[in-house]
Amino acid sequence: MTMWDDEDAIMAQIGWTQDWKREGALPQTIPAPSNRVEYRSGQLARAAGYGGMILALLIIGLPVYWMIIGAFKTSAEIYRMPPTWFPHTLTFANFGEAWRSAPFGRYYINTIITTAFGSGFEIFFAATSAFAFAFLPFPRKDWLFLLLLAALMIPNQVTILPNYLTVASLGWINTYQGIVVPGAAVAYGTFLLRQYYRTLPTEILDAARVDGAGHLRVLYSIVLPLSQPALITFALLSLVAKWNDFLWPLLVTNTRDMRVLPIGIFWLMVEEGTIEWGVVMAGTLFVVLPIALIFLWAQRYIVDGIAAGAIR
Amino acid sequence: MTSHAANPATLRRLRGHIRLRQETRDAILFALLVGPNLLLFAIFTYWPLLYNGYLSFVQWDLLAPIKIWVGFDNYRFLFGSAEFARILANTFVFTAASVGLTCLLGLVAALLLNQKLVGRDAVRSIIFSPAMLSGAAIGIIWIYIFDPRYGLLDIFIRALGGRSPNWLLSGPWAMAAVIIVYVWKNLGYAVVIYLAGLQAIPRELYEAARVDGANAWARLWHITLPGLSPVTFFLFLTTILASFQAFDIIKVMTGGGPVDATTTLIYYLYQEGFVGFNAGRAGVAAVLLFVIMLSFTIVQMRFTERHVHYA
Repeated sequence: MTMWDDEDAIMAQIGWTQDWKREGALPQTIPAPSNRVEYRSGQLARAAGYGGMILALLIIGLPVYWMIIGAFKTSAEIYRMPPTWFPHTLTFANFGEAWRSAPFGRYYINTIITTAFGSGFEIFFAATSAFAFAFLPFPRKDWLFLLLLAALMIPNQVTILPNYLTVASLGWINTYQGIVVPGAAVAYGTFLLRQYYRTLPTEILDAARVDGAGHLRVLYSIVLPLSQPALITFALLSLVAKWNDFLWPLLVTNTRDMRVLPIGIFWLMVEEGTIEWGVVMAGTLFVVLPIALIFLWAQRYIVDGIAAGAIR
Repeated sequence: MTSHAANPATLRRLRGHIRLRQETRDAILFALLVGPNLLLFAIFTYWPLLYNGYLSFVQWDLLAPIKIWVGFDNYRFLFGSAEFARILANTFVFTAASVGLTCLLGLVAALLLNQKLVGRDAVRSIIFSPAMLSGAAIGIIWIYIFDPRYGLLDIFIRALGGRSPNWLLSGPWAMAAVIIVYVWKNLGYAVVIYLAGLQAIPRELYEAARVDGANAWARLWHITLPGLSPVTFFLFLTTILASFQAFDIIKVMTGGGPVDATTTLIYYLYQEGFVGFNAGRAGVAAVLLFVIMLSFTIVQMRFTERHVHYA
């Protein structure tokens, strides 16, 4: 098959090439308009731009706002017609009620454990296999790399039934390893990091080798520190994906004690549902708040990393 | 006095020996680093793919000790059933609408945002943020928003003089609701990708066009849109593949219903495998899902190769 000839070409075709130099603030594309007509249309475009910004903020922001005020409204107010834009009586009772209705403490512990190990494995495997593929010799190395990339085309959703049978036969239902291990291997991150590693200045790596550093030493003290931007972006995306994972934990857990946050909030809704929206919204806040904070703190890494992924 | 090692022939042999040993050691390290990753893929990705193929030819309820080989019966049954035709239609409608709307709205928003605006980068991050949130949580928030009596959307519909439909209780409205939520969640992703694509179009092209007297529409039509074709293809591929995997929001909001109005192929696979305990039909669904996604990837790659204009 001709299309497998060069994996870089393949990934370039589907846009998976990286340009990590493209960082920081976006440059302005359109230079200042020169004549009067252009100036008028420039003003118009700017007005439309701000209009679009406000509209987009409302469309994205209002549902989030609705959730937040819902969590602070009393039950009586939630079921008053017409609905209110600001809570008349601010209450914190929903949070206590949510925490009592479901073992959220336990959900947090479970989610933190599965996310830490799930992402930990992914980051470890990505960093080390990418190093091997980028710098170490091995017979038929490129074939192995294509084998790894092929996994990108097989989403977890397709494999749920056989994997459930495997995990069940290992006795891993309702265990952390049952949630974590089937999703521990990583293809995308390996590709991403290998591409990044190959842009590193070879003189530094060679200098370290001449000084007698072994491969693992080179990886640990030179390659990883130099690859920080790519590593952080990948780590954050992996973390978010593991925290939000829904389908697989839903399948391999069936006790309350082993639920992770997204599963817990789903069952809270099923149990409390349309009777107690305030409580359910409070619980929903428990689920999204940690990720929202991480995103607030690291949005630049995530958004720029995503943008870089689409551009060569 | 010449030492043994100074002999050039011995030196050469020694160096060759060292290099060989070094290469072997490197290869062993390679195997140690790559091995676990590939082994996990073998067990939890490649083997399940083959096993799905096998399951699609048997009749099995996941419990019985024996699986009965039925050949193509599962395929014949599904492709002859009206229910399965509906599920494929649902999948098509969901994918076409959610991908189309996400890309179109994302393009419009990106074009508006692609100028010197105060707070532009902050807005970009805010629009993107729903893509980071749990699909289960988003589904739950939106059930509350779609509530026909106490929901946020009802305020607007009422203000416009309309009456809110019972979103999640009627088939077409439930499908519309699920699509709306997916577009809401993924819109920011499209905006980020398109903004990056717009930044990648060389400024000189616009300068040249301006000198030639091209107006804003002409520039949009002849420079911007062709220049965006590579990112558009990337965006189509990633959002189409993601839409085939869309599960959490559907599970939370509609459970595939009412009846099977929002049951897509992935939801059907879950339903047959884990609720109906019909491994054969789940196997067919899995095989089909894989084949569809694979062919999309291949078609996209071929098409991109020939038609995309790299600006």
